[in-house]
Amino acid sequence: MEILMAFVIGILFMSATYLMLSKSLLRIIVGTGLLSHGAHMLILTMGGLKKGAAPLLGENAPSYTDPIPQALILTAIVISFGVTAFFLVLAYRAYQELGTDNMDRMRGTEGND
Amino acid sequence: MINFLILPILIPLVTGVLLIFAAKRIMLQRWIAGISSVIAIIFSALLVQKVRARGIQTLDVSSWEAPFGITLVSDMMSALLVLTTSIIAFLCLIYSFWSIGEAREKFYYYAAFNFLIVGVNGAFTTGDIFNLFVFFEVMLMASYVLLVLGGKKAQLRESIKYILVNVISSALFVIAVAYLYSVVGTLNMAHISVRISEASQGTPPGIITVIAVLFLIVFGLKGAIFPLYFWMPGSYYAPPAPVLALFGALLTKVGVYSITRTYTLFFYHDTGFTHQLLSFLAIMSIIAGVIGAIAYWDIKKIIIYNIIIAVGAILFGVSAMTTDSLTGSIFYLIHDMIIKAALFLLAGIVIAIAGTSNLHKISGLIKRYPGLGWTFFISALALAGIPPLSGFVGKLLIVKGGFEAEHYWGAGIVLMSSLLVLFSIMKVFINGFWGTPRAYKGEDKVPVGKMLIAPVILVIIAVFYGVGSEYVYPYISQAAETLANPEIYIEAVLKEY
Amino acid sequence: MKTNDIILQTATKVVLFLIVLFSIHIFFAGHYTPGGGFVGGLLTSGAIVLLLLAFDMKTVSKILPVNYIHMIAVGLLFSIGTGAGALLFNVPFLTHAFGHVDLPVLGDTSLHTATLFDLGVFLVVVGVTMTIIQTIGEDE
Repeated sequence: MEILMAFVIGILFMSATYLMLSKSLLRIIVGTGLLSHGAHMLILTMGGLKKGAAPLLGENAPSYTDPIPQALILTAIVISFGVTAFFLVLAYRAYQELGTDNMDRMRGTEGND
Repeated sequence: MINFLILPILIPLVTGVLLIFAAKRIMLQRWIAGISSVIAIIFSALLVQKVRARGIQTLDVSSWEAPFGITLVSDMMSALLVLTTSIIAFLCLIYSFWSIGEAREKFYYYAAFNFLIVGVNGAFTTGDIFNLFVFFEVMLMASYVLLVLGGKKAQLRESIKYILVNVISSALFVIAVAYLYSVVGTLNMAHISVRISEASQGTPPGIITVIAVLFLIVFGLKGAIFPLYFWMPGSYYAPPAPVLALFGALLTKVGVYSITRTYTLFFYHDTGFTHQLLSFLAIMSIIAGVIGAIAYWDIKKIIIYNIIIAVGAILFGVSAMTTDSLTGSIFYLIHDMIIKAALFLLAGIVIAIAGTSNLHKISGLIKRYPGLGWTFFISALALAGIPPLSGFVGKLLIVKGGFEAEHYWGAGIVLMSSLLVLFSIMKVFINGFWGTPRAYKGEDKVPVGKMLIAPVILVIIAVFYGVGSEYVYPYISQAAETLANPEIYIEAVLKEY
Repeated sequence: MKTNDIILQTATKVVLFLIVLFSIHIFFAGHYTPGGGFVGGLLTSGAIVLLLLAFDMKTVSKILPVNYIHMIAVGLLFSIGTGAGALLFNVPFLTHAFGHVDLPVLGDTSLHTATLFDLGVFLVVVGVTMTIIQTIGEDE
């Protein structure tokens, strides 16, 4: 199972990198979304994928899943949700203001301002 | 009171929330923000005294015992940095009163300002690696708002790049934490250190080195070390002076602090590869920063490149890992926070007067503004480390530590860089302040006297920090002792080990 | 442009209350079982978004005259206040109190200060989501 997840995460990172290297701002944002998605999956996999009962409640449970990675993912998801929302609004504003979503034209060098 | 060390985080947080309600009433906002930051300074100063008297303070948030819950840890280094942050925050705040403009003030400027301080103080105080990530994000979210507030074209363009870089580095941070968790199975920093020691037994497994380098990349992106500083000159160029001063003085230093913390607490077993790499990157940062600082004819750019030089010097001291060099690094870190804030605020006044940051178009300012000129001159000397000003002691100790650790080349480059730093900043002074005075459009509207209050206080602090280093030294050496001996930190957090 | 969305509007009027009720259920379910302020808040803001889709912004702001940014601040105050309340009793920040209380109608009820914290989370989530959606939706 971990091997399969490793491939999934790898594909996510690969697509994220590809998207983030493109020129269109919207694709870049989708890329960041995929990147953080891959990172969240990685936490879950790194915590160990186990079948079993709910996160520990008693002391002598025969099998339980580790609650920490789940808590970490929840936190990371909320944060990336906020950042992505901010990023989208910013991209929209920038598109209105600068008249382009092409990163090549946002260099800010003298001839390009 | 056991909750003492959370107050420097809690006070700005509550203030930030209250300021949201008062968004449209500017005077009220200024009063609330000003008073609360004075209170924060008082409590951080008391915290420093408490740590001095009773050793490391810890707080198990929510009563979950370490290592299971989140622990906040205030050792001397973090207490000192929190105090410095509070002072700089207060001074940047009063500088903003006369320079930031009503439009920003009505648009939650002060609230975002306070949330930024929450993030910075939190990052300095936390003793949990994932909580560090959370505080990083608090700080970054606030910095996005401050960077984009005003909505000029350059700001929008640069914030996109800034956010993109930081989103990627946050994802890498999460990945690094995930790897670390899979190896050691804990998030409490002290406990991680214990577990890594247990796992190493002589030489640490390769995966620990991989994690160490990943952390270096993550924090290096925030702290702007070579070759990861590429985003900084552009992004820091966009915001107005007080925001720039906050970013330059605090944000990069959080990255530097995190590198220092992780490299002295976690990855100190096998310094052969990781610390060699750190020292190489530090030296390269100094060189790259010097090249930038000398090449540009723009007052903001020159000071921004000086940040990179300072980061390099501090991290060189950390990579040498002797008590002397660590003491020097902390000394220099605090000095640099104070003096960079002062320089950026002064540069802000110059730009407000001249309407440009291009040195070719500024000259003769000292004739009409002698106070501004001399303040700038003293802070320039302090930046370069001329004795007895504040930069000197730190650099001396860093170089001494470098020689002790037999990094002769590195120590030599740190020494050489001081001269070039002096050259770069004197270039600003000679071109901007000497020469024939010019008339600038709208310079009479600039309240130079009021705007000078904050930088003058900062420069006075810097002078006392240098001249009175004898009185500061015991505090700094206590901080360095904890860094040099991780056992002290571990014992304070996990009582039974 | 006049669109004929009578089905959506009528359905919304009914479904809206179901969603809100369900979100309140989820919010209280978070006491000991999966659920809580975050999910509950998302569901409630989902309901408001549905309202926005079916009607227009003006109508909705007439129905719900709420300043969402202030809502975020109130939520934050709730959460911070619950955490900071621990300071009064000199126990670590965010320490919660809980216990079983015999209430007149409900009988033996377990009460937990974490619910107040969660209420803050609920308000923050609704406030943030609605602020985002209003910001994007406003200029058309």
